[in-house]
Amino acid sequence: MTSVPGRQAPGLRGGARVAGRPSVLGRRSERRPTPGPSGPGLASGLAPLGAAGSSAVTLDGLVASKEIVIACGPGGVGKTTIAAATAAMAALRHGGRVLVVTVDPARRLADALGLSGPEGRGLGNTELRIPDEAFAGSAAHGRPRGELWAAMLDTKESWDSLVRRYAPDVPTRERILANPLYRNITGRFVQSHDYIAMERLYDLHAQGAYDLIVVDTAPTRNAIDFLDAPQRMAEFFSSRLLRWLTAPYRSRMVNLASKPFSQVADRILGTQFLEDIAEFFMLFQSMYGGFVERAGAVTRLLSDRRTTFLVVSTLEAAPVREAEFFAHALASRRLPLGAIVVNKALPSYFRDPDAAELALRMRDGANSYAEKAAHELGTDPELTERVLFEVAESFLNFGVVARREAEEQAELATQQSARPELIATVPFFDDDIVDMAGLLRLGEVLWS
Amino acid sequence: MSATDPAGVPARKAPDSLIDLRLVFVTGKGGVGKTTVAAALAQLAAQRGKRVLACEVDAKGDLAALFEAAPTDFAGREVSPGVVAMSMDTEASLREYLRMFLRVPVATRLGPLAKVFDFVATAAPGVREILTVGKLCYEARERRYDLIVVDAPASGHIVSQLAAPQAINELVKVGLIRTQTDWMLDILSDPRRTGVVVVTTPEEMPVTETLEVSARIETETTVRLSAVVVNRVLPELFGRHEEEVFERLYAGRAELSKDTGGDVDPIMEGARLAVTMRRTRAGHLQRLREGLKELEGSQGSVEVPVLYVPYLFTRAHGLRTTGQVATALSEELGL
Repeated sequence: MTSVPGRQAPGLRGGARVAGRPSVLGRRSERRPTPGPSGPGLASGLAPLGAAGSSAVTLDGLVASKEIVIACGPGGVGKTTIAAATAAMAALRHGGRVLVVTVDPARRLADALGLSGPEGRGLGNTELRIPDEAFAGSAAHGRPRGELWAAMLDTKESWDSLVRRYAPDVPTRERILANPLYRNITGRFVQSHDYIAMERLYDLHAQGAYDLIVVDTAPTRNAIDFLDAPQRMAEFFSSRLLRWLTAPYRSRMVNLASKPFSQVADRILGTQFLEDIAEFFMLFQSMYGGFVERAGAVTRLLSDRRTTFLVVSTLEAAPVREAEFFAHALASRRLPLGAIVVNKALPSYFRDPDAAELALRMRDGANSYAEKAAHELGTDPELTERVLFEVAESFLNFGVVARREAEEQAELATQQSARPELIATVPFFDDDIVDMAGLLRLGEVLWS
Repeated sequence: MSATDPAGVPARKAPDSLIDLRLVFVTGKGGVGKTTVAAALAQLAAQRGKRVLACEVDAKGDLAALFEAAPTDFAGREVSPGVVAMSMDTEASLREYLRMFLRVPVATRLGPLAKVFDFVATAAPGVREILTVGKLCYEARERRYDLIVVDAPASGHIVSQLAAPQAINELVKVGLIRTQTDWMLDILSDPRRTGVVVVTTPEEMPVTETLEVSARIETETTVRLSAVVVNRVLPELFGRHEEEVFERLYAGRAELSKDTGGDVDPIMEGARLAVTMRRTRAGHLQRLREGLKELEGSQGSVEVPVLYVPYLFTRAHGLRTTGQVATALSEELGL
């Protein structure tokens, strides 16, 4: 069988299946995902055919026909968990090779997949196989039909590999990698995540090694940024301003147009820094062609019909507003909004009017009910009265929150300009989801 | 619960001095209520007679909404007695900077400047961070306000923001920028003037991220971690004996339904959910406290106060909740 208990990182074995796909065999060969000898990977190409029919209104059906699922939305709503659960369910039911990539700077996916322990130390740019045994933890599920893989986005590493690919020659490559500005931008600053995330998604998809790639994005503060990052990067490299800025350093001859600017810039930034900037941009310009072409390809991939977006939100007011904003941002770019996933909703029974009515009676009549109950159940009447009172109060309190949430959900569902194919609701789980069993429990709800 | 002095070791900061700082960055994982806590801190300080500037860095308009006010801009506007709110706008910040320090006549060249700025910011993304932190440090230095509360970026981004002056300092050896980052670092590195508050909820991921970002703030920035605020702490439903009684009632809920002439199942399920939630959360609180202890140990035995804000069963988020959180913080700070 594919996996033997106790065997670590099956992906470490060399792979033969990918023969005939030279791009796959090239870089990072030894860690390439490989199917088992008689493994589920063989069925992978057929997986979408086995899924729900054309009237796909479940997440199950939606995901079954896609190759890329991008989970986005405000921070803190459980995007990582939803992305991981979606990937796990797809691996379990649809089969094939499924990869979940988290692009969030914080290392949350490892937690959700239970990989944050010693064996999770390797979770980085390199994709790691989640052992089938991880699925066995939940009694309701057998062996997954497919394989589940996970990777983090290491911004620095991804930039470096991009430079290695596009630098015209070795000296240029080395100078870029050694440029102090480059090292800072790629290592430390926020916005370089956006571009590289989409770039890496494209790279993974282009390698053709996975049937489905589920991506968990950074919070929506940068929503537009990450959607527009490829385009912006391309514009940037073809910008006249770039030539303007680097002109004095390119020619060592200050031309008239750039003189006032470089004087001001000089006063603000200092010469050394400007030279670093200029060198950086000049070097990067040598990769211009590759970048622009690539940015265009990334943009096309995002709007491809094999790609779908899930906007994840909770029912708090601020996240709902952000989720709406995001849905509109997708719509205005003609990007496919597949589903809105409402996460951590309070159970609907909190809104049951009969129960609320009863809770009110229980609260006011705690005394008399307690007497009866204490008699029947042999509990202390005074304690029982307090418990009944608290239970009723608690119900009514949560009822207030549940009704507020219902209103938010109604608002999400009725926006006109950005209508998703479906809205999936995941209730609040009383326990945190920290392992595969939890992910699958959530996944079951998500799928139906 | 909050800061108690371990014998002989001075507390990192008596918690009541939180509002006596000059510049407070409020961060936390998305969705934990960091904007609400920032607004509440601002309101609390204002109630105690301080002139407060509340600055929203993400510019989503949520901060002003928590004072029932229309969204603010870079110029700022009084949104509540003693509280001026503003939204960060890095381009406006650059314009202000150029006007003040370089006397560049920007009014006439707004178009090109915006273009240049957009270009430089795309190219060297640290520019946005430094313009944000720079504006805030500038306000702290000018002392037009007693306290500046920053609704800062989420914990994934706060470190690059706070470390920006340092990073620029390492990159730029001479020039005006260098002298600028020097005084910024002075303000940021002074624990009597500047601090970070990390907001969390007692849940798995927020606690993990809080511990992560706390360690990073301590090691990668020069800014002091002043406090951790735990938001949405559920009330304890039952005492220990009451919980036993509840379990018996839960088991006998069919009887209870008969007695009350209704279906008590949803009510009992609801209570059970509340109890489980509370219990799970208590575990995370424990982990948070232990993690912070460990961090304190590695950082020279100064205590990070932990402040608790209860879960609010409210129908909306606005001035009403801001006031309730402010009251809770006030109690926690012993004011």
